[in-house]
Amino acid sequence: MPAVDEILAGKDICICAGSGGVGKTTTSAAIATGMAARGLRVCVLTIDPAKRLADSLGLRELGNEARQVDPELFEQHGIEMKGELWAMMLDAKATFDELVARQAPDEESRDRVLDNRIYQQISSALAGSQEYMAMEKLFELHGSGRFDLLVLDTPPTRNALDFLDAPKRLTQFIEGRSLRVFMKPTGLAAKVAGRGASVALSVFKRIVGFDLLADLAEFFNAFSGMVDGFQARAKRVNKLLADPHTCFLVVCGPQGEPIDEAVYFHRKLVEAELPFGGVIVNKVHYPAENLRGEGDPADLEATLARELGDDLAARVCENFAEYQALSERDARNIEHLAAELRTSGVIRVPYLDEDVHDLGGLAEINRYLFASSEERIEIAAGRA
Amino acid sequence: MLGITPIPDILDKRLVFVTGKGGVGKTTVAVALGLRAAAEGKRTIVCEVASQENASRIFSHTEVGFHEVEMAENLWSISIDPDESMREYVLLQLKVRAMRDLLFRSRIFSYLAAATPGLKELVTIGKIWELAQLDRKVKSGRKYDLVIVDAPATGHGIGFLQTPRTFANIARVGPIHSQAQQLDRLITDQEHTGTAIVALPEEMPVNESAALESELRSEVGVAVDRVYLNGLYPERFDRDEAERLAELADGEEGIVRAAARAASSEHGRARSQRAQLARLRRRVEAPVKTLPFLFEPELDLAAAQQLAKRLN
Repeated sequence: MPAVDEILAGKDICICAGSGGVGKTTTSAAIATGMAARGLRVCVLTIDPAKRLADSLGLRELGNEARQVDPELFEQHGIEMKGELWAMMLDAKATFDELVARQAPDEESRDRVLDNRIYQQISSALAGSQEYMAMEKLFELHGSGRFDLLVLDTPPTRNALDFLDAPKRLTQFIEGRSLRVFMKPTGLAAKVAGRGASVALSVFKRIVGFDLLADLAEFFNAFSGMVDGFQARAKRVNKLLADPHTCFLVVCGPQGEPIDEAVYFHRKLVEAELPFGGVIVNKVHYPAENLRGEGDPADLEATLARELGDDLAARVCENFAEYQALSERDARNIEHLAAELRTSGVIRVPYLDEDVHDLGGLAEINRYLFASSEERIEIAAGRA
Repeated sequence: MLGITPIPDILDKRLVFVTGKGGVGKTTVAVALGLRAAAEGKRTIVCEVASQENASRIFSHTEVGFHEVEMAENLWSISIDPDESMREYVLLQLKVRAMRDLLFRSRIFSYLAAATPGLKELVTIGKIWELAQLDRKVKSGRKYDLVIVDAPATGHGIGFLQTPRTFANIARVGPIHSQAQQLDRLITDQEHTGTAIVALPEEMPVNESAALESELRSEVGVAVDRVYLNGLYPERFDRDEAERLAELADGEEGIVRAAARAASSEHGRARSQRAQLARLRRRVEAPVKTLPFLFEPELDLAAAQQLAKRLN
């Protein structure tokens, strides 16, 4: 597997995807830093409100506007910065509001939508709206031409499918075509739909209460003038995602569950004909044979005992055996991943001694991300 | 597991939500709590939400589904599917059979149900409430002493627990309004309902757990009974030993060097984890309890059983 800079050569957009807790935010920040260091103007977008990205980039806070990371900070961490690194945290609600303002034919329709209680719920809480708005912001920034490369840290979606389907599902919801018909119960449409539908509607009304239904009706009416605009835009967003200048990187951890999710996500990418770039596995226990070079494991405890005494030698051996068990598990899981993805190599980032939460840590990760497979083993063994 | 000391407070509640950042081991801790409560003689059910089926993965990969399935003595499990919950809810609401049939056949109803924001979460919590009733609404439903929920991760978890209140605000009248209020009272009933936050001994997860606790207390109004710090490494080596090991790693080649390096790394991680544990204790109000890192290839039922014994 080539290094990340080779995978991203000539790309405008890099989307890091994977399940929660696998280090997506850190990986996104590291990739953006590495590519910026190589001379590009890069912007990394996160929707993670947990301030992780801001913390790791030395920014006090991130907002819905891109902010540049102080170039001096890189020097302090020994990173030669040839380009520029920018970062922003996506505010899904603000992005949705901007989009509505842009699509609304006039101020009155805009306010009708923004003031609607159903809108206020979906713009911040509806499953998929965050994902959709991440795509939307990506589309907008890409169109602005301000950056050479955009790196998107995707929301920690439970199900990979949600993320890819979000634009479609949300536009379908907003469109609400079949629903709007029934909101006018006296019209011709209701007659066509028949008695069953009107009874269903009245039962639903009885359960959730009339005012909620009225709000829903008002919501779809308010949106009716914007449906075409939303649909056209969703189409363009989808086209951008499938563009050969876009690249999806799947990020995962070495345990069984994240590996299964990565396999699943890869399959979905292929089905949707989206450009898969590679897979990064974080926190890998490198196999001992890569670390140890030559030596007979049978003699280990005796050799250690001569140096350290029996008690300490036994604990060192116990620790080493457990480390090796984990490294064998990781190797097995990664082999399975490589076979499923039909890829010869996987970018493995080792489980580092230090927790990564600042630019120094990102630079350490980048020694692996921006290296060939052979170089990575040498670095992990402390020989490079 | 005879002769174990009961865990005070948390397992005496009727309903416990287990939450935390993604990938911290929420499911394993939820199952471990369930095993522990069952071993203490409590009839317990572990619920999964949003079709995750993680607990069934732990219970040897059999799919649980929307049924109460017995997993061990005194321990049941259910995967709460929102569509099934909606169906069950409607069945309980509508007594007229013809009307129900009509409703289930109608596409408009499922469309409306899907389009109403928060309704899926609401009926899911409704089902949790139903499971926690001593007088079950579902015919021939078992009575449980304790209901444990493997809740969604951080951001979604807060939204999930707030659903009833949000819903009570958007549906201002009608039966669902009062039912949503009832569910909100259940969640904020600090005597009977609690939460456990699962954290990892790393910088960002510790920060997030502290923020999560304060949001759960102040925004949601739910009791936070425990913070479980999961995956704590043992302190195998003291400082002097670590120095000797570092020297050895520098001076040696081959496998001796690899073993010494592995020991040094482990010592470094164990130490930074202790620092994170101390930070966590300073930053949260709830009692912080630790769970050991399990050197197991996969987190299965045996792993959850090991943790169950170590819970306190």
